Parts: sequence; structure tokens; C-alpha cells
Amino acid sequence: MALLTFMGGVHPPDHKELSSGVSIKKASPPSRVLIQLSQHIGAPCKCTVQIGQEVKKGDLIGEPTGFVSAPVHTSVSGKVVALMDAPNAMGRMVPAVVIENNGKEEWTQLRDNPDYMKLPPEELKGKIKDAGIVGMGGATFPTHVKLSPPKEKPIDVVIINGAECEPYLTADHRLMVETPQDVIEGLKILMRVLGVKKGYVGIEANKPDAIEKMKEAASGIRDIEVSPLEVKYPQGAEKMLIKAITGRDVPAGGLPMDIGVVVQNVGTAVAIYEACRYGKPLIERVVTVTGLGIRNPGNVKARIGTPITELIEDRGGFADSPVKVVLGGPMMGFAQYTLDVPVTKGTSGVLVMSEKEYVPSGKFGHCIKCGRCVDACPMGLMPSMLSLFAERGFYEETKEYNLFDCFECGTCTYVCPSKRPIVQFIRLAKSLVKR
Amino acid sequence: MAVAKNERELIVTVSPHIRDEETVSRIMWTVSLSLLPALVMAVYFFGPRALYVTALSIIGSLFSEWFVEKITNREFTVRDGSAFLTGLLFAMTLPATVPFYIPLIGSFVAVAITKQLFGGIGYNIFNPALMGRAFVLITWPRAMTSWIVPTAAFVGLDAKTTATPLSLLKEEGMHKLIEVFGDKMNLYTDLFIGHRAGSLGETSVIALLIGAGFLLHKRYITWHIPLSFLTTVAVFAWIFGGKEGFFTGDPTLHLLSGGLIIGAFFMATDYVTCPSVKSGQILFGIGCGLLTILIRLKSGYPEGVMFAILLMNCFTPLIERNLKSKVFGARKEAMQ
Repeated sequence: MALLTFMGGVHPPDHKELSSGVSIKKASPPSRVLIQLSQHIGAPCKCTVQIGQEVKKGDLIGEPTGFVSAPVHTSVSGKVVALMDAPNAMGRMVPAVVIENNGKEEWTQLRDNPDYMKLPPEELKGKIKDAGIVGMGGATFPTHVKLSPPKEKPIDVVIINGAECEPYLTADHRLMVETPQDVIEGLKILMRVLGVKKGYVGIEANKPDAIEKMKEAASGIRDIEVSPLEVKYPQGAEKMLIKAITGRDVPAGGLPMDIGVVVQNVGTAVAIYEACRYGKPLIERVVTVTGLGIRNPGNVKARIGTPITELIEDRGGFADSPVKVVLGGPMMGFAQYTLDVPVTKGTSGVLVMSEKEYVPSGKFGHCIKCGRCVDACPMGLMPSMLSLFAERGFYEETKEYNLFDCFECGTCTYVCPSKRPIVQFIRLAKSLVKR
Repeated sequence: MAVAKNERELIVTVSPHIRDEETVSRIMWTVSLSLLPALVMAVYFFGPRALYVTALSIIGSLFSEWFVEKITNREFTVRDGSAFLTGLLFAMTLPATVPFYIPLIGSFVAVAITKQLFGGIGYNIFNPALMGRAFVLITWPRAMTSWIVPTAAFVGLDAKTTATPLSLLKEEGMHKLIEVFGDKMNLYTDLFIGHRAGSLGETSVIALLIGAGFLLHKRYITWHIPLSFLTTVAVFAWIFGGKEGFFTGDPTLHLLSGGLIIGAFFMATDYVTCPSVKSGQILFGIGCGLLTILIRLKSGYPEGVMFAILLMNCFTPLIERNLKSKVFGARKEAMQ
């Protein structure tokens, strides 16, 4: 069968073999966690604890301050020892709570509910919202907001994004292999909340074991279909995924809901299931710790707030002279200047690149207009022209070339034979152009 | 602590953190390599003079690149292969008998004036090799149109001169061509193998197609420009090329002769001077084809590939501006 896909894209060497066969292992409990109060797109949370206060696992420590916002909970039991500003993955300082782990692992009162599928949609949505669930693929958009489309935009399809097109990352892959049932339950909850008849799980064909397990888990459910996708970056970008599976185009400048689709990541689906079934807030997630700079690459279930240096230790520490540590995947992830940065709800991976993998950047040549970026751009843009305009400071002209349709997947920069930082020029233009 | 030490040494850059292995210089050297079969055939048919002309042209190119970058205080790019390729391509457009100063001056015009004075690699408006050829053709028309009979033997300068198939066709017609080559099948075979008068690299269609196939396979070029170019030439040659009225022309003859094959696969596809969007490339190819056939059939020149491509180079920015790539999810009302 022909695999589903979109126009454009590239397939970088994915190095998933480093960690794709390694089962998810619980990370050692951190001695202290640093939990950011802004782990989502939208308004940061208001701190609800004070220094010295004792907390139990799952206790609320930050409450949302707007509709597009998600609550934050503690991932350990123990004492609040500091309220401070700390750098997030993007290097910005954000308010954070530091909690010392007393090792007792005491849970707050959780509301178990085996009959969760009988709950009315609004109540399920409330549970998702209270659990602080956000898009765990990296975008960290609050999930309950995606589940509240305006009336004039009826949703008829829910897609679980199991593409995991970023090289190296295997967290979603392992979740699908190890807990396929939970993913399907999460999807069923999403379908119920949105009143949708049709659900899909899109998985890149380089994960045959995940496809098989998910098909098994979904067998007998008529409304859920597992769709194998062509292995191509950025297959997991929302618009590309929707195109591949439904054939629908999200309008330029629009949202998936405009064409009746909601997409949620595999990790998010599992979190949704755990929130509705066990009342468990989002306090831990699966993180791929990988790269040739790591001794034992693998997937760990880590508490939110664990410093990445502990995850690195958990996987045997550094190997082979690490030169770059990236949070997320190599195409869209953020290089870190400190290893104190904690795991957040959006941390899909910790990639430690060794000298062997490191690609020096900085020096670049003229654009030779070879068109590789034009052919590869999943959004059908002309990155070459955008970069040429931005390079010379003609920011206004970039609008003529649909600057704001770029979602910064980095494919253009990846393919450029002149090693031009095209996507960075585009980011520059976006920040300087008058909207 | 080991970590702290490493931490201080962590490199922070913007994404993406991995890059494709392709580089500009690898592209340039690979395209140069793809011209090797044509060069071998040139030496086979035209003797060591072919090598001599090619060497002079490449030396001239490399020197011009170095010279301009030296006096303008720019970074040296001699090693990126681009000047080498220009020199090689330019040599391919020359007759074997040209005096030594033609490859030298022509490659200077190609690299120093057409490319470097416009800003170096990526910024030239015209195909440098073809601009070099246009310059020497207009300046030394006689030297540029004396062709020797390819003998498949090493010959001296006193070799017999002759006319190219296209000028025979233009001056005396199809019957003369068939007379010279024996019969029609012979004519086609000789054109295909390269056993005919012409510039060094343009004569052997088979050798050029081997190189072109290699480039297509490596995806260094795509079919869009060559196919639209060749198809246009074939169709219009068939319609308007015959002496006995419409639809009596010989498309095969037109496809196999002159510089069409090297032009369509190696010159018109030059990244810098052709559009980068596929629809624009097809339009560009059709334009090249139309101008080629117009010049071949209606102008004083027997061959039109060079001027056709140079003229279409002028249109590239216009095409690029007006035939943009199709934006994902673009709505009809949003497009101008």
C-alpha cells in the first residue's frame, strides 16, 4: 500500500536505532525539582505555594491565569525551598518553584474513575484541564483549549500524532509499543469530548512494531484507523499530518479546527487517559535521552522539573566528548548552555551530540538558487528568496513571499548546500517586519 | 565536577542542528565530472587540440576568479569548483581550432565580468560560459566558425575545414546534408555519436546524454527544463522547419544537431540563472525552445541555443517573481 504523505520534505539520517529498542525506564527520583510556572503557550501560572510549605505529589502549585493557560502540579512530595526565576529551554527566564524531595512519594488525593467513559464530555474536558495537560510534542499548547472549538467550527476528525518525524526521538514510539491501549483510550476520550466519529493514529513507516501494536489495540474499533505514513520530515507537523491522512489543507494562516480536525500527540493521549481514568495530573513524561554523546541512550519516564543533568547520569553519563546538548530533536530543538535546565511538559528529548555528530555552523556562502529549499519546503514557500531579502534587510518584501506561513521546521536550512542559516533569516524577518 | 567543565564548553547554536552533506563545491565538481564523457569524445574526434583548448579555458577561468577576488579583497573561492566548471563548459562551446587567446579572453569575460563583477557565485544574471562564448563569437566571428572535420584520428592544424550540419541545412538545405552524410540514417547516427563538425563538447549527443543521465539520477538537475526545452524545439522544428510547408520539418535533426543537448541539459539548467520553481522552469524551457527555433529558422545564425538561453536568463527574475511556488493551504481569494 502506498504510504500517506505531503509534498516536499526531506529524510535526514534518523539515528533512532540508538534508543528505539530500549524500553521506557523510570528515572531515579530527583533529589529536588525545579518546576517552571510557564510550561505552556499562553499566560504563565500564578504560584499557589510558599517557601517552607509541605506538598504532596500531584498538588497544585501554579494556577492558570487565563483561558489559554494550564495548571502546574508538583512531581514530588516534599518541601518548597525556593521561588525563583530560572532559564527555560529557550534561554528565557521564567518563574519557577524549587521543591526538595522527601522521598516519601506521598500522593495527593486522586479521584480514580473506572467508568470515565460514561462521564459527560464537559466533565472529561474539565479533568483534562485540571490535570494541566498541554501538547507534549513540543508545542505545549493547552489541550483543553484545542478541545473547545467555537460552535461554527465543527470537528469531525481526531488524529493522534505518532509520526515522530524528528530524528533521534523515540519516546512516542516506545509509548505506542509499550502502552498502545492507553493511547487508544486517550483517543477515545478525545473523540467523546469532541463528539467525533472518526479517529486516526498516524505513524511513520519506520516504526513497524508500533504500527502493529497500535493496529492490534485498535482492532475491533470501527471508528479508529491506524495510518502508516511515509518516513519524511516534517511528517509530524500538524498541517502535513492532516494533509497526509485526510487530504485536507489547513488554510494558510488558519488552524486545523478550520477544517474540522484536532491533532494530539501520542504522549498527550496517554496523559489524557491517565487524567480521566486515575485523576492523575501531568507530572511526568517520557523523554528520549540519546545521541552519541550519551553512554546508554534510551527512554526514561522523568518527573517534570528533573534537571536534565540527572537524566544524563541516569543513562550512564556522557560518552565521547559531548559538544552540544539539545532539548527536543535536532531539527527544531534548542541547544542548551546549562544542564540545570529542567524537564518540562514539552521536553520530548535530550540529545547529546558528540563531536562526530556536531556540524559546525556559522560560515555560509552565497545562495546559488539551486532550489533545493524550494522543493523541500513543506509549506510551498521560497525560503531562498526569504533568506536573500532578510540578509539584506528588506524585511517588508518578505511578506510578499508569505513569510508568516513558515513554521520554522528547518528543512530549508538542512538541505542548503551553501549552509545558509535560512530559517534563522526567516526568524529574523518575522521579528523585524511590521505585521 | 566533570559536568561543569563540559557545560562551559557546550556549543549553543540555533536549530537545525544537523545538515545535509551536500555542498556547493561537491555539486560543481560532480557536474564537471559529468562532462567527462563529452570531453573524452572531443579528444577522440578533434585530437589533442581539444585538451589544449580546454586547459587554457580552465586556467583562464581559475585565474580570472582569483584575480578579481584578489583586487576586490574578497574571499578566494577558486577551490569551490564553480570557476573550473565555467571554464570547462566554456571550452565545450569552442571549435577545436581557435587561437590560444580566445579561450583565455573568453573565460575572462565569463568569470571576471559575467560572474564576479555582478557579485560572484549566485549573483550573475547570465550564464557565464555562454556569455563568454557570445563575446568571442561576436568579436572573432571567423575563428569561431571555422570547423574541422572530425577524423577520429589525431590531426594537426592543417586539417580540412567544413561547415556544421546546421549551417549546411541553413545554406543549402536537407538534400545537401544527406549528400554529405550518405543517407538519413547515417546522418542521424553520426550526429548521435558526434562524428560531425561543431564545438568541442556539443557534438557527441551520446556522451552528453550519459553525463545528463548521471546528473538526473543524482537529482542535480530535474527533467523540467531539458524536457520542455527539447520538446518545444522538436514540435516547432516539425511544424515550421520544413521547406515543403507546415509539418514537414525534421525534429530529429534539430534535436541532434548544434548545441541543443549540451544547452538543454548543462547550460539552461544552471541553478543561478534559471528559475527555481518547477512551473517557472517549464516556462523557461519553453521560452528557450521557442527562441532557439526562431533563431535557427529565421535569423542569420544557423544556431540559436546560446542566444536563446542568454535571452531567457533575462526573464528569470521576472518568471521567479510572477510564478511563485504554491503555498500550502493558499486560498484562492488570498492569491493575487
